[in-house]
Amino acid sequence: MAYLVSHPDEVKIVSRRFGQGAANLDRYLELDGYKAVQKALAMEPDAIINEVKNSGLRGRGGAGFSAGMKWSFVPKQSAKPKYVLCNGDESEPGTCKDRLIFEHDPHSVIEGVTIAALAVGAQTGYIYIRGEYRYLSVIMQKALRDAYARGFLGKNIFGSGRNLDIYWHGGAGAYEVGEESALMESLEGKRGIPRIRPPFPAVVGLWGGPTVINNAETLASVPHIILGGAEWFARLGPPKNGGTRLFCLSGNLNMPGVYELPMGYNLKKMVYDVGGGIPNGRRLKAVVPGGSSTPCLTADEIDVNMDFDSVAKAGSMLGSGGVVVIDDAQCIVKFALRTMKFYQHESCGWCIPCREGTDWLKKTLLRFHAGGGLKKDIDNMQYLAENMLGRTFCPLGDAAAMPMIAFVKKFRKEFEDHLEGRPCPYEKEGAVEQLPVFAH
Amino acid sequence: MKFSDTFEVRFAEMVTHYPTKRSALVPTLLYAQDEVGCLSDEVIAELAQRLELTELEVRNVISYYSMLTTKPRGKYNVQVCTNISCLVRGGEEILHHCQKKLGIGHKGTTPDGIFSLEEVECIGGCSWAPAAQVNYDYHENLTAEKMDKVLEEYRRKEMQ
Repeated sequence: MAYLVSHPDEVKIVSRRFGQGAANLDRYLELDGYKAVQKALAMEPDAIINEVKNSGLRGRGGAGFSAGMKWSFVPKQSAKPKYVLCNGDESEPGTCKDRLIFEHDPHSVIEGVTIAALAVGAQTGYIYIRGEYRYLSVIMQKALRDAYARGFLGKNIFGSGRNLDIYWHGGAGAYEVGEESALMESLEGKRGIPRIRPPFPAVVGLWGGPTVINNAETLASVPHIILGGAEWFARLGPPKNGGTRLFCLSGNLNMPGVYELPMGYNLKKMVYDVGGGIPNGRRLKAVVPGGSSTPCLTADEIDVNMDFDSVAKAGSMLGSGGVVVIDDAQCIVKFALRTMKFYQHESCGWCIPCREGTDWLKKTLLRFHAGGGLKKDIDNMQYLAENMLGRTFCPLGDAAAMPMIAFVKKFRKEFEDHLEGRPCPYEKEGAVEQLPVFAH
Repeated sequence: MKFSDTFEVRFAEMVTHYPTKRSALVPTLLYAQDEVGCLSDEVIAELAQRLELTELEVRNVISYYSMLTTKPRGKYNVQVCTNISCLVRGGEEILHHCQKKLGIGHKGTTPDGIFSLEEVECIGGCSWAPAAQVNYDYHENLTAEKMDKVLEEYRRKEMQ
């Protein structure tokens, strides 16, 4: 349903079956489907883990942790059943890549979950898909039924003597559930309140059993690694950043879309070449490089290679691959307000710094944007955000604080332009939601 | 309390997927809501009993998830995204247009019960912004004119 784009610089690996009808199992088999699982069945579990480790595959959900390393933390012996959980709760604003994987290549996710299960010795897997993606859960349910019918899942898969059940599971609207411990709570039928760690899910996860949790794109990459080899995959990107990524280009671009580019692809090129540049003769103001929780980069800062380490060095994060481009017609204060409104809405309220912090930031920005800002608000917002960092169970507090700090630090002048009751210089019809203007 | 056969088949299968019954709760609530229109007292009591939970435990879960509601909505729930990717491409203008066109605000329902309107957080239509969902159907790369057509189509569907 979501239309596809392409660019000559793309290296199509995870997306190589997009638009080819691979949701159909026979078509998937024609396109080398389920070959990786059969190869993995002949491998020792440790060999699978090493292969994924050596490939340099890092978590595509946002944190960028080594997938093979994560798998290696699962204890060999466990009194409780082990599980593999695919995180398809994609909700980070700016991110729409897992949607395409589920739509065009659902079997690759099933295959990835299967290989992960073989590697860690799990006999049950779950694929969690956000509630809004109903049409994708229909596609996934069919894919699972088809895989069962062929004996690829269930008892004695591929005649190997191994058993594996994979089930679909659906959410019902919650960003925070994308955080791994909240995801498990949600799957267990509870509110998505994060758990304190340690213990980590790899040791104590779903129903107390060791659990591997990976993003859908991470798992969809695994079959390609098993077939193509760790070395090949690792060489696609810079050191320690193996493979490619589905970059979701959105915002003020001529050609937004989801493009699969090698890790380490230059952001400037991504904006001006792949994304077709800024429309309507506008100029670039800022880029949010990896979903709404990552600190923005100014127009002068975007000559950066898009791999985990280079973006971190530039003071931001590669995150979930959601590249949001902002042109010079946009108001950063308003952009910050919308971002904080989101985090305030999504905070579960468990940890006070996040619950109160996001609420105060939203309220202050709302008043600020409406022309009721005080000079001291600017520093206060930064101070407030800095005090949220690292003081919460889950990273939602950080996810709200990090972009806020960057907005204030990098666009202080825009905040100052709103002072003294001035209307937003970027707003055509004046601020929509007016709040009483505070006296100085 | 009677649900459709499809619901019952899915439910019976789903509870076998987990070691605890309550694990089926979140997706089951959403499917029940799709059939009944909202999570009424009756639905809550029924699912609580089936999953061996108290009604309070079920309500506790419902209040967490933004798609779940205990209040009836219009037949077509228009959900307009105004999050960052949509914001910079006119998502708010689409929302305001819908407000004017339908004469209702955020979480309002038209008097004829056909439409509800909601400003929602990111629905994963970022690269095709501005985006909206009507129930579960995606409508993307929207303009005010395109949104009018979408709304007209649903209204026509209702008239038939």
